[in-house]
Amino acid sequence: MDSEALERRFQARIDADERIEPKDWMPDSYRRTLIRQMAQHAHSEIVGMLPEGNWITRAPTLKRKAILMAKVQDEGGHGAYLYGATETLGVTRDALIEELLAGAAKYSSIFNYPTPTWADIGAIGWLVDGAAIMNQIPLCRCSFGPYARAMVRICKEESFHQRQGYDIMLQLSRGTDAQRRMAQEALDRWWWPSLMMFGPPDADSKHSAQSMRWKIKRFSNDELRERFIEFTVPQAQYLGLTVPQGEIDWSEFRDVLDGHGPCNRERLAARRRAHEQGLWVRDAATAYASRQAARKMQAAS
Amino acid sequence: MSAQFQADAHFRYVLRLADANLVLAQRLGELIGHAPALEEDLALGNVALDLLGQARLLLTHAGALEGQDRDEDMLAFLREQREFLNATLVEQPNGDFAHVIVRQFLFDAWQLEIYTRLGASADPQLAAIAAKGVKEARYHLRFSSGWVVRLGDGTGESRARAQQALEALWPHTVELFDADDIDRAMLAQGVGVDLGAVQAAWNRHIDTTLAEATLTRPADRPWRWYGKRGQHGEHLGRLLAEMQYMQRTYPGAAW
Amino acid sequence: MSTSRDWPLFEVFIRARGGLDHKHVGSVHAVDARMAMEHARDLYTRRQEGVSIWVVRSSEIIASDPSDADAFFEPARDKVYRHPTFYDIPDEVKTL
Repeated sequence: MDSEALERRFQARIDADERIEPKDWMPDSYRRTLIRQMAQHAHSEIVGMLPEGNWITRAPTLKRKAILMAKVQDEGGHGAYLYGATETLGVTRDALIEELLAGAAKYSSIFNYPTPTWADIGAIGWLVDGAAIMNQIPLCRCSFGPYARAMVRICKEESFHQRQGYDIMLQLSRGTDAQRRMAQEALDRWWWPSLMMFGPPDADSKHSAQSMRWKIKRFSNDELRERFIEFTVPQAQYLGLTVPQGEIDWSEFRDVLDGHGPCNRERLAARRRAHEQGLWVRDAATAYASRQAARKMQAAS
Repeated sequence: MSAQFQADAHFRYVLRLADANLVLAQRLGELIGHAPALEEDLALGNVALDLLGQARLLLTHAGALEGQDRDEDMLAFLREQREFLNATLVEQPNGDFAHVIVRQFLFDAWQLEIYTRLGASADPQLAAIAAKGVKEARYHLRFSSGWVVRLGDGTGESRARAQQALEALWPHTVELFDADDIDRAMLAQGVGVDLGAVQAAWNRHIDTTLAEATLTRPADRPWRWYGKRGQHGEHLGRLLAEMQYMQRTYPGAAW
Repeated sequence: MSTSRDWPLFEVFIRARGGLDHKHVGSVHAVDARMAMEHARDLYTRRQEGVSIWVVRSSEIIASDPSDADAFFEPARDKVYRHPTFYDIPDEVKTL
């Protein structure tokens, strides 16, 4: 079959809502788009451990500490699921991580913002996880099977993340003046970056149309963003907090994405440090396993 | 011995266990997101969550024994350094992954043997906590001893690092078995465990695993740490300053 | 020795509870079977998702080739008489 016919048949399968599996024929551009998007998603989970991890040791109660630890650990798990799903497309996790550490791969720009106060942990759960869930639920029906299945697992696990964030905000909003101020300042900090999480406006979104045709994406950036605002504003009102007024500053979005946000360098440096300091550990395990395998062979012969 | 001494000893006995779990969970909490491999982040996170869960149960129980209305958070966040009764082993800084693993291994083997015996404690609450904890401790020991063997019998570098960690942490294990008045009183009451028996069992875990890891058991030195009596080194103060920061900065606030 | 290469890949299968099949849930990286088992436990059973785990090296899986799909699976398509719904049984006849 020539490639045009293959491509027609591929699109027909997608149009019929069939799932594509790793060994099925797929256009190169579909594979590349998926690898890019899934790797970005995986990187976001891993880098996303850092801003919240910043508060594990200072969580104000033991219950909050346990919840936060579990949540940050979950994010690591989600990264692992997503790297695994990406590997079904014939790339190695190693190569993907190398790209991240070299600064050649993108991840969600939201994680380049700092978490100076405890209220940021509430705001991240409520807003960032809220926005992430809104982005992710449609991905559970994405046309690529392994991605869709990973997302089902992730969405199931993530349902507590947003609630625990709102719960932190609720407690702050019922607290002292200092706590309410902390909550408002965190909302002010995270509101615009959260709205940017849905990506550039539809008119400027270069990958959107093709991704919609391939059913990797099912709603446009602006649609999801509007829905998020519609859900979130009453939640802020319930907390007695004021949602910032104004417009999204897209120049900030592009700049943060290009590596110039408040914490880009620190985030990548932290990932690099863990990777480099882990090298001798990973090598030790590999050396041990190959020696064990050789011993077993010798014993058997 | 007076009833007052007995009650206080019981409280302190439980607090020692609670603090050991809390402080080690706090140390592991520093690591989440920074482990040498993604899978190890997950593994260390599970261990930390187990230990924190045990710490919360034990602190709550200690608070009830004390009878002064102190809950888990008041005990964790509003005591000063000398009131923390954990062995100094668990407050040692993370250092490299070899230190993390060796510290965990030395602790897990001890905790497993303590919990195994505490399952029969005359304190039913403590027995129930131990019965839950012993399953967790068994998995933790499987995890940490597996890594001790991989590091010891891995590369030249990993072997040297593991041996170094062992030498550095070894002096902090002595107090784990050094019975004092509190231990003896609790053993006599059937609440506590026989540290001599714990030590014998611990030695077997240690010697078996170190042999497999081709590591050398360090010599015992005369210097003794007594974290369990509130006598700590230089590290716990900073750990507490960080852990207690919010409660100290905003007294009385609810979170 | 500095390999800097990631650990090999293992596929993970979990039995959610007694009576069910093991189901593929994803993969982990590990150096050997023991480590793969522990990583699978730590990654995939954090919420009581399982009572039993299988791990197998991904390189050991033998999969059918999608290009064989027609030859493999199409021939079963016209054997409709293998399915119970193929037969019309009068409503009055019970337990059949």
